[in-house]
Amino acid sequence: MDRPTPPTKPTKVYFFGTCLVDLFYPEAGMAGMELLQAQGLTVVFPQGQSCCGQPAYNSGYRADALKVARAQLDLFPGDLPIVVPSGSCAGMMKKHWPHLFHGEPDEAKALQVSARVWELTQFLVQVLDVKLTDKGEPLRVTWHASCHAQREMGVVDEPKALLRQLANVELVELTREKECCGFGGTFAVRHAEISAAMVGDKVADIESTGAKRVVSGDCGCLMNINGALEAGGKPVQGQHIAQFLKERTHG
Amino acid sequence: MSDARAAILGTLRRTRDAHPVTPPPSDFTPLADKQWPPEERLPRIRRMMEAVHTEFLDATEADWPAVVTDFLTRAGAANLLYAPGTADGATLSAYPLPPREREGTHAQHGEGEGFAGSDGPSPSDTPSPFPLRGPLPSPETGEENTASLTLIPYDRPIEDFKQQMFEGIDAGLTGTLGAIADTGSLILWPSADEPRLLSLVPHIHVALLRADALYDSFWQAMRDQRWADAMPTNALLISGPSKTADIEQTLAYGVHGPKRLVVVIVR
Amino acid sequence: MAEHAVNFAAASKAALQDSQLRGNFRRAMDGLMSKRAVQFADAKEWHTMRALAASVRLRALAKLPELLEQLETNLTRNGIQVHWASTTAEANAITLAIMRKANATLAVKGKSMVTEEMHLNAFLEDHDIEVLESDLGEYIVQLDGTMPSHIIMPAIHLNTKQIAHLFKQKIKDAASTGEDAAALTDLARRILRQKFMNAGVGMSGVNAAVAETGTLCLIENEGNGRMCTTVPPVHIAFMGLEKVVEKLEDVPPIISLLPRSATGQPITTYVNMISSPRKEGEKDGPREIHVVILDNGRSSVYADPELRDTLRCIRCGACMNHCPVYTKVGGHAYEAPYPGPIGQILVPQMEGLAKRGEMPHACTMCNACVEICPVQIPIVEIMGRLRVEAVHPSASVKDSGARASKTEALVWKGWAAMNTSPLAYKIATTAMSAVGNAAPGSLPLLKEWTSVRSKPRFAPRTLHDLARKKGIPNV
Repeated sequence: MDRPTPPTKPTKVYFFGTCLVDLFYPEAGMAGMELLQAQGLTVVFPQGQSCCGQPAYNSGYRADALKVARAQLDLFPGDLPIVVPSGSCAGMMKKHWPHLFHGEPDEAKALQVSARVWELTQFLVQVLDVKLTDKGEPLRVTWHASCHAQREMGVVDEPKALLRQLANVELVELTREKECCGFGGTFAVRHAEISAAMVGDKVADIESTGAKRVVSGDCGCLMNINGALEAGGKPVQGQHIAQFLKERTHG
Repeated sequence: MSDARAAILGTLRRTRDAHPVTPPPSDFTPLADKQWPPEERLPRIRRMMEAVHTEFLDATEADWPAVVTDFLTRAGAANLLYAPGTADGATLSAYPLPPREREGTHAQHGEGEGFAGSDGPSPSDTPSPFPLRGPLPSPETGEENTASLTLIPYDRPIEDFKQQMFEGIDAGLTGTLGAIADTGSLILWPSADEPRLLSLVPHIHVALLRADALYDSFWQAMRDQRWADAMPTNALLISGPSKTADIEQTLAYGVHGPKRLVVVIVR
Repeated sequence: MAEHAVNFAAASKAALQDSQLRGNFRRAMDGLMSKRAVQFADAKEWHTMRALAASVRLRALAKLPELLEQLETNLTRNGIQVHWASTTAEANAITLAIMRKANATLAVKGKSMVTEEMHLNAFLEDHDIEVLESDLGEYIVQLDGTMPSHIIMPAIHLNTKQIAHLFKQKIKDAASTGEDAAALTDLARRILRQKFMNAGVGMSGVNAAVAETGTLCLIENEGNGRMCTTVPPVHIAFMGLEKVVEKLEDVPPIISLLPRSATGQPITTYVNMISSPRKEGEKDGPREIHVVILDNGRSSVYADPELRDTLRCIRCGACMNHCPVYTKVGGHAYEAPYPGPIGQILVPQMEGLAKRGEMPHACTMCNACVEICPVQIPIVEIMGRLRVEAVHPSASVKDSGARASKTEALVWKGWAAMNTSPLAYKIATTAMSAVGNAAPGSLPLLKEWTSVRSKPRFAPRTLHDLARKKGIPNV
């Protein structure tokens, strides 16, 4: 994976919250910003931001996706890294924006923005090299890796490395960590039965770890997994990794 | 359908020229990197081929006919189809077998009389102790089998003895052009003298491998032997006895081709 | 379009309810994935080898028309007869003519996906010619009167017990046979050997055709491919036009990656390279070899520079083994010759988006297939492109725009309007936070979502709101 390497640890970053976090998991977004602030960074949250454009892009409506992506470009001037609490939205901006803007008049600008995008845990580990101190009670958790974090952003070890820094947290990995949970955006409603079977398998895998909590870096997966856990009356809860880390380190 | 040809090639050429692609260069390093020290090649070939149920026998240029015939006799094979026109075939037929083991071969009945239709006993006339159905006897088990082994030369077109080939032949003997360490494979170039079906239809395929004809990879072998200059009618890599996993991924050997592959390493 | 749209969701429903089937697939795919992983434990070897294989395929596509001509020249020089077919109907007609000329009433066939595209068996049976599948998996599927559910392991949807039952029903002397894989295999061996012996024509696919030497390469484990290409007096090989490679040395990378990706074996039992019919003095082998080069939509796939990469495929089936959707529903749910990820990009291009427009949507875009594809086909990018084609008329894909919906287009226009104006976005998200949770679960989409999940809950305040309140700077 090609990653931008800021010359030194920056003092200031942009935060792109994503539309899903905005509407359903704002506390995960706040936690992400606070984790960055705790490292001494100034975090800028441009209020004009909305969505990376992925929903329309993956549904075949690329002109609409382009309009929405374009509306984000001017919000992140300069060279600051752009941190995103989602592997999927980060992947859209980093991997698909170059394709989406190909041949467009603002292609150069889009590429400049795209190149500065980081997934949150990747940024915490690779750029900030954070050291976490666990203040929580002993807890067993498991990690759900989002497909786009793994395969578009190359984020595999970083979140697990962060969880392993927490002295009282026991991380039990899933048997099929790499397997999709069945969210897939509109897939979950277009092919609801297949999606249900997939999340059913994922829930079974989570349960078999004996974890009290399933931590993930993507809110689409979380919405799917949490919804299935809740509907199934399972005691396990899903949580965004930013929120989990913040809870554990801020007491 | 020459208009199909013109239409297809026309479309391909037109659209390719509209959107030409420059492929990245082909870097064959990963194939060139597949190398083993000479002394490790044979053990590796053995290990890989044994993992897929190939059997190995050790022999010398002097004793391989004895090793082969002893093995087949013990395995319960009644006959061995071989290529009389090859050097190995000549060696085998010159090997002093006890007289009664030559029954049914042209050595006794004259050129071209070894098969059904000739006067002598033929494989289909003589009931074979070698079971065509069910599992084969293992060479290690059972008491000494004293049945004789009949040598049958593959010296005529298959059409002349198709039924016998399919129903009456227990074992076939071929040479090899060598073996490949990377994948544990034998290289065979069947020829007019050593026909293709020798290594396919008989239940046991016995292949002679000279211990000095070993290659690192298929790629190396085809370059060293300059295959691209002149390909034979048929070139083969064989890496074990015929097998399938089509029934619930359970490996079963001997589905259509040989049930057993026996490699005789000749030093 | 007269053809009906194929409803993948409906077809997959039955599969999902069949716990036996789901168990069979889960077990099989888990096994295949772990066996493949063992083969590619050396990451550097994997990356360099797949780059090599991809370059081989890309080079072949870059020179495709020239290589096909060179292949034809060299095959012809070698005594192999070449036939070109634009459509499956033409390919079937060519086959029938060859069979008639050979006076053949029985053909034995090795695995060939192209003949599945052609529905060749049904066509020949309509003309009183018996075609017997000889790959054990294909033989089982043919006995069962169904289609292969996987391109490499056609009968993977059945377990041993089910196959034993099928044999007992369909084969006369099966009653006395044991019910284990070895006994069933042995029974098939006895039956098929009679057929190999008596068939007038042998048929096969082609894994790679070498332009440089005029050589057909076939790989297999069972020996049925060698039987079909050696015993009958006439051999007909079927290949998609993309199967050509430039040089003989382009074959080893493909031979190396295909079986390792497909079944996790270092090599198949047989690599069979055929360059000529029986020559003067040779004692076996077919006296005639015919190669049928089939287009069936491939030249249109080739025409688009982005979609062209579909034709890199070497048919290893690893994308199926790793697809979480395929693993759940199995191959039959796709109702297509090629199931799974490669089928989802290939079949809509061959058969058109009116019939197959839903196929590219039966994918979560998880990229598991892309990660393991040995020739680096950007499967998910092509999937996304076909979703565009399905709703926008263009000249690129058959029946593009067939799935266009005014309502859907309007929804996305509204979505774009909301997400391009900060004011509209603020109003809309504030409204959703305030009243979104009151939406009834019976609404379309929400209804599907809540079939197994609780309703997603809008947070009382958006992140924008919280950030502003917490004094996070805007610039």
